[in-house]
Amino acid sequence: MKIVLEHLTKKFISRHNKNEIVTAVNDFDFEIPDGKLIGLLGPSGCGKSTTLNLICGLETPTSGKIYFGDLDVTNLPPENRGVGMVFQNYALYPHLSVRANILFPLENLKGADRLSKEAMEEKAMEAAKLVQIDELMERKPNELSGGQQQRVAIARALVKTPGVLLLDEPLSNLDARLRLQTREQIRRIQKETGITTIFVTHDQEEAMSISDLIIVMKAGILQQMGQPQEVYNDPVNLFVAQFLGNPAINVFDGSVRDHKVYIGEDCVGERNVEDQEVSVGIRPEAFIPDEKGPFRCVFDRVETTGRDTSIVCHNEHCVSDEDVRAIVAADEKLNNKDGIIRFSLKPYKVHVFSKKDETVIHE
Amino acid sequence: MNNKNNLKGWLYLLPAMIFIGIFMVYPLFDVFVYSFEEGYNFASQTYQGIGLYNYSYVLHDPYFLQAIKNTFILVIITVPLSTTVALLISLALNSIKKLKDLFQTIFFLPYVTNTLAVGLVFMILFKKTAYSEGLVNLLLNSFGIASIDFIEGPYWAKMFVLCFYTIWIVLPFKILILTSALASVNKDYYNVARVDGTSRWRIFYKITLPMISPSLFYLVITGFIGAFKAYSDVVALFGIDLNAAGMNTIVGYVYDMLYGNSGGYPSFASAAALILFAIVLTITVINLLVSRKNVHYQ
Repeated sequence: MKIVLEHLTKKFISRHNKNEIVTAVNDFDFEIPDGKLIGLLGPSGCGKSTTLNLICGLETPTSGKIYFGDLDVTNLPPENRGVGMVFQNYALYPHLSVRANILFPLENLKGADRLSKEAMEEKAMEAAKLVQIDELMERKPNELSGGQQQRVAIARALVKTPGVLLLDEPLSNLDARLRLQTREQIRRIQKETGITTIFVTHDQEEAMSISDLIIVMKAGILQQMGQPQEVYNDPVNLFVAQFLGNPAINVFDGSVRDHKVYIGEDCVGERNVEDQEVSVGIRPEAFIPDEKGPFRCVFDRVETTGRDTSIVCHNEHCVSDEDVRAIVAADEKLNNKDGIIRFSLKPYKVHVFSKKDETVIHE
Repeated sequence: MNNKNNLKGWLYLLPAMIFIGIFMVYPLFDVFVYSFEEGYNFASQTYQGIGLYNYSYVLHDPYFLQAIKNTFILVIITVPLSTTVALLISLALNSIKKLKDLFQTIFFLPYVTNTLAVGLVFMILFKKTAYSEGLVNLLLNSFGIASIDFIEGPYWAKMFVLCFYTIWIVLPFKILILTSALASVNKDYYNVARVDGTSRWRIFYKITLPMISPSLFYLVITGFIGAFKAYSDVVALFGIDLNAAGMNTIVGYVYDMLYGNSGGYPSFASAAALILFAIVLTITVINLLVSRKNVHYQ
């Protein structure tokens, strides 16, 4: 089912100051296509979870509308929206077995929708098999590992075959290894069921790796929406550029003079705009060590982590971090003269942002 | 080193142990001994034999049987009723936002008032004297119901006052425990249940109740024990000659056997106390067995 948000806004009265109004979600106006896995990405407290709660119906919007397909669900209570939700802490009923937890939503159905006992069991088993917990049906939640609990929660959300599946920080309570496994599981489950799935995360790597689409937000405002690689390669502003990518993008103070972009005295690109101060973002993978390259840094050290070799150096104009980090091919020869290392740069990995409003400057 | 530490530990425990020994353990033991000593004379501290006569006497004493009957009626009515009412009030308190603190304070007030004082107030509310009908009777009269003497009248009226009073006095503590138990249930459970379309009754029955079951169980157990030990409330309402009023309780009977007008019989008192102990123990064990299945500790 496609989801359409129309000028969706949610305002809260601040918890700390009663006179202050916080806008958690500010004028969201976009469409989420059917059957995709969408990552809702942003730093803590940017309104991601509020957006999710609005879609699922636990919160009512201050203004704006929500459509599932063609149906206006803005004023429908959560139980009538046909959504499945997985909470960050899973919220499995601790006193019920895995089986009873998964059966719970089915047992809520009344009248004509109510299934026979056998049909319920069958559906529960089907959901359990999908998330591969069918052998743990008689256990209590506290006898399961974090990853298993999470899958039970997904099974419980899926058992009613909802039109939309919502996951609130689904991986944040898992350890690193389990996180990798589980995100593949979520990807697989979503592909198998074809249910439009939205998951909230603050971990860009998580969102980038499994989403069909990512939505980046900041302080209640939508920044950019698109395919992960697209957003990564073509960020609309400095925030998105900095938020995506690990290691993070290197940001420098620079300026445009005569249509050339300078960091200090080094020309790193061209932009066909009038002279101005700019921020220049250079992805770590943009650097190519080159004796004749235009961009100079003070060499510090080489770090090798598994397959990546990164050159750590310094540049007085760098504002994102003390270190400038360049990821290079392991067999690259280093030109290191008097502690100065020179790079040439892949032009499509260099982004220039206006100082004024931090938006990207193309061309 | 370890031995020395052990010794030190025991040394620190010694003062408390001496007190517990003198004032708890020794009397407990002594009650057992008294209860089997037949024809014990308080003045000469002598007895004639050892046997079960004291138990037999107590169990055939009409006053004791009346006390048992009163106590059981009190327990059976007040424990379930007060727990249910407390649960309903707590649920209501938990679902309001405005004035919540004010109501919580009001409901908690009886807890900090003195039993005897409240008992006297109740007596004044219910008592019919030569000069006044009592507030409750005035209220009844306004509905066209004839006055009832709640304090010195028929048995059911006196029982009603006692049960009413007991429920009222135990409510605050139960409300306090239950409101905090309700508040500590994670809101996400309710959110999940709402998204899944769970009806309110099912949420209460399938989620809330199991989640607060440890607190409920605690209240039922302590409620049973407390009601079986009822005494001071009865005195406050009906005065000290409880046998005459027909409103004695088991603990009241024990007291009367020791110090009352017909007192001076520690052997009978001990036997009665041990019978009470056996009753409370049985009920508690039954409670524990029932709770195994129905109480969910996390």
